Amino acid sequence: MFVVIVGAGKVGLNVARSLTHMGHEFIVIEQRRSRYDLLRPELEERLLFGDGTEMWVLEEAGIVRCDLVVAVTGDDEDNVVIAQLAKLEYDVPKVVARVNNPRNQPTFDLLDVDATVCAATMMISMIQHELPSHQFVPLLSLKRENMELVEIEVSDDSPSAHLAIDDIRLPDGVLVTAILREGTALLARGSEVLLPGDQVLCLLAPGREKELIRSFLPSRKPEEVQAQASIDTISE
Amino acid sequence: MYVIIVGCGRVGSSMAKQLVDEGHDVVVVDEDPSSFRLLGDGFPGQCVVGAALDWDVLRQAGIEGADAFAAATDGDNTNIVCALIAWRAFEVRCAIARVYDPLRARVFARSGLHTVCPTEQARVMMMDAVHACPISTTGE
Repeated sequence: MFVVIVGAGKVGLNVARSLTHMGHEFIVIEQRRSRYDLLRPELEERLLFGDGTEMWVLEEAGIVRCDLVVAVTGDDEDNVVIAQLAKLEYDVPKVVARVNNPRNQPTFDLLDVDATVCAATMMISMIQHELPSHQFVPLLSLKRENMELVEIEVSDDSPSAHLAIDDIRLPDGVLVTAILREGTALLARGSEVLLPGDQVLCLLAPGREKELIRSFLPSRKPEEVQAQASIDTISE
Repeated sequence: MYVIIVGCGRVGSSMAKQLVDEGHDVVVVDEDPSSFRLLGDGFPGQCVVGAALDWDVLRQAGIEGADAFAAATDGDNTNIVCALIAWRAFEVRCAIARVYDPLRARVFARSGLHTVCPTEQARVMMMDAVHACPISTTGE
């Protein structure tokens, strides 16, 4: 695989190192001279100096023949433009982009970036996962695969409480994969019985969240639960 | 007409003043509140401080009812992305981005975005000016 990475910050550099270990071919584009000078001894000719939103720089890096573009600069507008250029002009099969400010996530979604990674959003999910008061935590969204992973609590009044996995009635397009109980994770085998207070990890198709919430937290309003889990109140 | 202008620099501020003089409703968005000085005293339009990539800032500027949107910050990519948001997310039919880089301007224009490229226009005008120069006969 040949990967073009734009941005040699901490994220870009570590992606590059991982690709080296995995034996993949890559090139990293960096526009800050001091950062370029610092990393040149390590990355040698796999580091290119220039503005990765300039098309001639992308072409010099070999974007025309690449399998994947990773846009991980510190500027969201640059990452969006790189992703758009890769798709519109170079037919790159897959683009992964970094979202620096979670408030810009809707823009990446609007413009069909294949996958986005937002450190702040992930951190918040992890924190919510640790907080007992959060009954619903979206953990991972795989856009292209049309799949989400969420964590949800089983309430006392859930019709699924005290039933075995095989016997619970789930909305279409939802799969319970694991049960988190007292700090350990159990695989959700058919005979495993759900207890009130369990957290279950579910795979689901996007848009099924409300049905899922109705099924595990029947006394809560799905809109409220989702609003509580959403992080779009974060500001810069 | 209700017009949103992003970037209160030389181009954005003079567009805003002219549109107001023509009787239009104008909102100017800029991250830097001191840039609004360019609008002069008594500018009757609205000024919004914030990043134009932020959908909430655009909503605050009234994008849901805007007839036109012009992005003229000093960053090509900022202009492209906020014009894309205006056009694709808020369905402002007339969303215009100033893009200095002719290559990027062409790619996004081809995808349907309205782009204005000052570099390309300067090239055409400079070429016309050069072509119009009389050829010296001295030395023949």
